Amino acid sequence: MSNLQVSVYRYNPETDSAPYMQEFQVDTKGRDVMVLDVLHMMKEQDSGLAFRRSCREGVCGSDGMNMNGKNGLACITPLSDVVKNNKLTLRPLPGLPVIRDMVVDMGLFYKQYERIQPYLQNDTPAPAIERLQSPEERDKLDGLYECILCACCSTSCPSFWWNPEKFVGPAGLLQSYRFLADSRDTATRERLSDLEDPFSVFRCRGIMNCVAVCPKGLNPTRAIGKIREMLLADAT
Amino acid sequence: MSNLRSLTFDAIIIGGGGSGLRAALELAKSGKKTAVLSKVFPTRSHTVSAQGGITCAIASDDPNDDWRWHMYDTVKGGDYIADQDAAEYMCSEGPKAVFELEHMGLPFSRLDNGRIYQRPFGGQSKNFGEGGQAARTCAAADRTGHALLHTLYQNNLKNNTVFLNEWYAVDLVKNASGDVVGCIAMCIETGEVVHVKSKATVLATGGAGRIYASTTNALINTGDGIGMALRAGFPMQDMEMWQFHPTGIYGAGTLVTEGCRGEGGYLINKDGERFMERYAPNAKDLAGRDVVARSMVMEILEGRGCGEKGDHVFLKLDHLGEEVLGKRLPGIVELSKTFAHVDPAKDPIPVVPTCHYMMGGIPTNIHGQAITQDDSGNDHIVNGLFACGEAACVSVHGANRLGGNSLLDLVVFGRAAGMFIEGALNEGIEYLDASESDIESAMKRITRWNESEGGESIPELKAELQEIMQTSFGVFREEKNMLEGVDKLALLRERIANAYLPDKSNAFNTARVEALELDNLMEVAEATAIAALERKESRGAHSRYDYPDRDDVNWLKHSLFFPLTKQLKKRDVNFKPKTVDTFEPKVRTY
Repeated sequence: MSNLQVSVYRYNPETDSAPYMQEFQVDTKGRDVMVLDVLHMMKEQDSGLAFRRSCREGVCGSDGMNMNGKNGLACITPLSDVVKNNKLTLRPLPGLPVIRDMVVDMGLFYKQYERIQPYLQNDTPAPAIERLQSPEERDKLDGLYECILCACCSTSCPSFWWNPEKFVGPAGLLQSYRFLADSRDTATRERLSDLEDPFSVFRCRGIMNCVAVCPKGLNPTRAIGKIREMLLADAT
Repeated sequence: MSNLRSLTFDAIIIGGGGSGLRAALELAKSGKKTAVLSKVFPTRSHTVSAQGGITCAIASDDPNDDWRWHMYDTVKGGDYIADQDAAEYMCSEGPKAVFELEHMGLPFSRLDNGRIYQRPFGGQSKNFGEGGQAARTCAAADRTGHALLHTLYQNNLKNNTVFLNEWYAVDLVKNASGDVVGCIAMCIETGEVVHVKSKATVLATGGAGRIYASTTNALINTGDGIGMALRAGFPMQDMEMWQFHPTGIYGAGTLVTEGCRGEGGYLINKDGERFMERYAPNAKDLAGRDVVARSMVMEILEGRGCGEKGDHVFLKLDHLGEEVLGKRLPGIVELSKTFAHVDPAKDPIPVVPTCHYMMGGIPTNIHGQAITQDDSGNDHIVNGLFACGEAACVSVHGANRLGGNSLLDLVVFGRAAGMFIEGALNEGIEYLDASESDIESAMKRITRWNESEGGESIPELKAELQEIMQTSFGVFREEKNMLEGVDKLALLRERIANAYLPDKSNAFNTARVEALELDNLMEVAEATAIAALERKESRGAHSRYDYPDRDDVNWLKHSLFFPLTKQLKKRDVNFKPKTVDTFEPKVRTY
């Protein structure tokens, strides 16, 4: 089998006036390795290639990137899932400023996360043991709390590309609903009133790119729908 | 070096994993000027990969559960070189720390009565080993570390902790009196190097599993805090004690939680035999991790391994049914499909013992204060230096950590360090400022890399180091092999000192970070190798063919590795818990 042809986005602010695509030939010895393995092989050829990685098992969310046009985590994406005609094109997550090569500035993404007050709020005194929660109440958090903040969803969302300052984006809204849905959280009203403007939630057009790319199989669109229902119920 | 910008904090916490964030939370709440300096965004820290749970006697599964039983299991699990005052503190304070996490919002799985779900884990018992298997590990499905780390990060946001994210700590800065007064750190995004001044420097840098070729650890687990402390001349404790987790996925090394066996899964050899029944007739697959890992290796060595090469065994889960797997072990189903191409509801997962956890580390007391020892063998506090979490050796894990005790260690001792530092800052701390030459000596190695003009490549040297450790310091050890390893490491140290960093650019230079990490891997590997060679007995995770028995006469002791002389000394184990009777060493069977 011939070498894998990889085309990678390169940009070093110190030396490059503009970004460019660099071609690599990678010998995977015919194995169906992960895209992250391919990045490591390329880094052995050129130590200057910059990308983030940590857990290499899909739970830390460091290596979200755009692989042959689709966002995902490099560490849990086997070549067989993305490579077409022996070619792989790797670009940084779309829509965020590039710091270097595959490394984007996540500041805006984190800002929207922080905006929704991503922590449990409960105005009653804490008991001496845990707060009780039934298994059914706890089940409501499944599909929400597992988010790893990889930004694959928000950076594939046209509404977020268009209004990253004002639209919270799928990741932030998924987390917002994670707390709205938590039987232990008492700040529902405040949370909802922070979201009732025309942009924060209502810029979601139900395009569902977020659902298509989420590497954890989560469904931000459904969570956003639930928030809308709560906002509408709250308004009546 | 006067052109170096400086940042000043009351406390600087290096590392944004579970223990660092827990310490930071305590300090942020107290209003002290605190910063967390982390080489990755905090939720990318390795705590996120913890799966099965946090072991703690919250008496939910069993209303009669008792922290003393947990303490007994911990001391026995550690093969009696866990410090009993520290184990006592962790197990008795544990419930408070776990309830706090729940109050912060951690989405624990639940029992029908609404309390936190607990599952059985290895080495757990009721009534001091007499009452059968306990279920003491509090779980959020099989994503407990993720849930815990995100909860702690969220609560630090709530309390306005200052974060220096994607900053790399290079070395500790010591003043003329030998007190630690901060560190040299680099902003990865810009390459700027600054002098961080602080009255309390907390090393919460986690483990260093990347010294081995095969590990469950994240790529970032390079022992940065251990390297910094060793270069500053401070000793390391029990560095020969490395846990090999029984169930790393064969080939990939990714972890499969012990919770799989807690939920009823078990290991089989090529004949389909549940072989742990032979090695640990009572606890079977839930014996201590060291015991299970050794049993697996024995099966493989005796020709009963699975696969074409007979070099692994199988973890059988299909009898649990899809519902239990989906509810209790959803992450495992995902991981085994991705990394082993196996659906555990149908087929067994190929697994092999894989480097997982560093029981050793920076010796500390229960307040996180780092400890050194003088020539007469007396302990002394290192002013200004603290450690918690996997980087520290309090020691609660002794020679072998129990599953679920790591997350508890993180939150209990992160919290304890935070509380102690708050008190110390309130009383007032004054140390001499670092001089120009003090700062320059902490700058030495980053300057060395920046000025390197040729030499061997960093990834190749790293791979060699990992191969040496894998070959000579694995599950079973013996003198000849270890001597070879020690010699090879000595040569490797010279080569690393002359290795080459080709990329000298400033913006997000990950090659420079990897160069600095390689130095730390080298420090950890050397300390491990020398300690393993010198401890002439088998205890817990340290298992030698040439000294197959535990030797309580000579080695019921901590080992203490001194980096300047490269010598190993001994340090007394604490056998004086405050509120319970001492657990006397017994033969350890499961």
